[in-house]
Amino acid sequence: MVARQSGVLPLTLGLILITSGLFFIFDCPFLVKHLTSCIPVIGGFLFVFVVITLLQTSFTDPGILPRATPDEAEDIEKQIDNTGNTSYRPPPRTKEVVINQQVVKLKYCFTCKMFRPPRTSHCSLCDNCVERFDHHCPWVGNCVGKRNYRFFYTFIVSLSFHTAFIFGCVTTHLSLRAQGGKGLVFALQESPGSAVELVICFFSVWSILGLSGFHTYLVASNLTTNEDIKGSWSGKSGEDVTNPYSQRNIFVNCCSVLCGPMPPSLIDRRGFLPADESVQTAGADIELPDLANKSEINVCTQGTKGLLESATLPPLLSTSCPQGKPLTDPTVNFDPSPEISTSCSGARHVHHSRGRASTPRHTKTRSKKNKRAALQMANPSFDVPVSPSSPDAGPSSKARGHKGDSFSHLQ
Amino acid sequence: MVETHSLQDMRQQAAVAAKVFLQRDYSNGTVCQFQSKFPSELETRIDKQQFEETMQTLNNLYAEAEKLGSQSYIEGCLACLTAYTVFLCMETHYEKVLKKIAKYIQEQNDKIYAPRGLLLTDPIERGLRVIEVTIFEDRSLTR
Repeated sequence: MVARQSGVLPLTLGLILITSGLFFIFDCPFLVKHLTSCIPVIGGFLFVFVVITLLQTSFTDPGILPRATPDEAEDIEKQIDNTGNTSYRPPPRTKEVVINQQVVKLKYCFTCKMFRPPRTSHCSLCDNCVERFDHHCPWVGNCVGKRNYRFFYTFIVSLSFHTAFIFGCVTTHLSLRAQGGKGLVFALQESPGSAVELVICFFSVWSILGLSGFHTYLVASNLTTNEDIKGSWSGKSGEDVTNPYSQRNIFVNCCSVLCGPMPPSLIDRRGFLPADESVQTAGADIELPDLANKSEINVCTQGTKGLLESATLPPLLSTSCPQGKPLTDPTVNFDPSPEISTSCSGARHVHHSRGRASTPRHTKTRSKKNKRAALQMANPSFDVPVSPSSPDAGPSSKARGHKGDSFSHLQ
Repeated sequence: MVETHSLQDMRQQAAVAAKVFLQRDYSNGTVCQFQSKFPSELETRIDKQQFEETMQTLNNLYAEAEKLGSQSYIEGCLACLTAYTVFLCMETHYEKVLKKIAKYIQEQNDKIYAPRGLLLTDPIERGLRVIEVTIFEDRSLTR
């Protein structure tokens, strides 16, 4: 899963698989005999489409914004303090920008330490800022944002077709069986699976069709669920507000939302690490959200920074960024034990346990085998503050220190 | 008299004096554009016009990546019809432009910024939030 909480994704998958399975087992043979063999083909195609788009919605990075590096956060704080007044009131944490003659307020995110771009919202369940935040969908176990909205939309539209198709087929099947005065009960007895399908489809087709219709309206007007619910552009406040992002043409809006260029994932940058496609799962799948996410991001940024810094250092250092590699290992992410804080954070914890002030001393006095690790960590901008909730800041840091050492050893 | 420093030399000698962050410019909506206002900290280091040219080129490249044109529509429709599995084998247009941007920044760093003790960080490394300009201490003057 990409999101911290997988929600009811297993339930969603289960329902789809069970309903489709029952359809192929109970209804298809009868319908193929009495109607046409196109039915399982269409059903199969829709089923595959639904499952693929569902998995893509769940496993694609919705457009998570990595947290600001400490340097950036400091710079922004300075700017805020400069523009704030000198009274005791806290400085303003909003910035205004004019987009298409509309005044848009950008809020400061205290968790991510940056001003959120327009249309970005912080999801409390995933604990990340997500670009073009639509909503957090528990059915797919992920946020729906800029990068996976098109998958989500395709999923619900294909699911409505699939559900309606199965519902239609089951109804046809049962009515064909009940012909000749045999009755519905007889038909249901002959094909019990159809009863289950009927119930599931009947109850879900209305909600899914409704959802598809709603999202079609959102796509056509280039709105997000979040904006629609809050009424940001509906002029509720009485002012003359219109959606500044809409292109005023339904077709153009649809195209730009669904067929626009696919933006890259901002949390997958691995610098010179070998292209590792499993990084998709490493994105926000976190047990300790703040810390792990920060270490994640810092490893990302360390990747290329390390590249620049390693330009002068022995070539062996270039392999040291596999310290970050364990982070991309999906199994690590599922391991809830403290050792999950992989080598990078491990070594960083060692740093931290001796206090921030001693960091510069570290780089000079530590033995050579740790120097490589230390050099990467030495840049104070990547010194990750240990979150108070983290259990490792105490006595276990020594153990992790050894772990950090052993990793440098391996290089 | 003009000494050209390579990136490697700089790493060995220079320490970071300051960092300047160029934030995003949202006046055109959510498209990726950066503020091209010339920061005061760089006044002593680099020519204003040079800097603005770099920024303008970068902004143009990002606009190209996000452009809604026939190519992106065809890519989008094809992807939808194949249930987006085509992205597994094909690189998206955006990614291609990002590679171009990375190369351009590398080139600019090598030719223009490194000799002046500056370093541009590719914004993708910062989540497309900022362009980070690292200012190195100018040791050459004190040697």
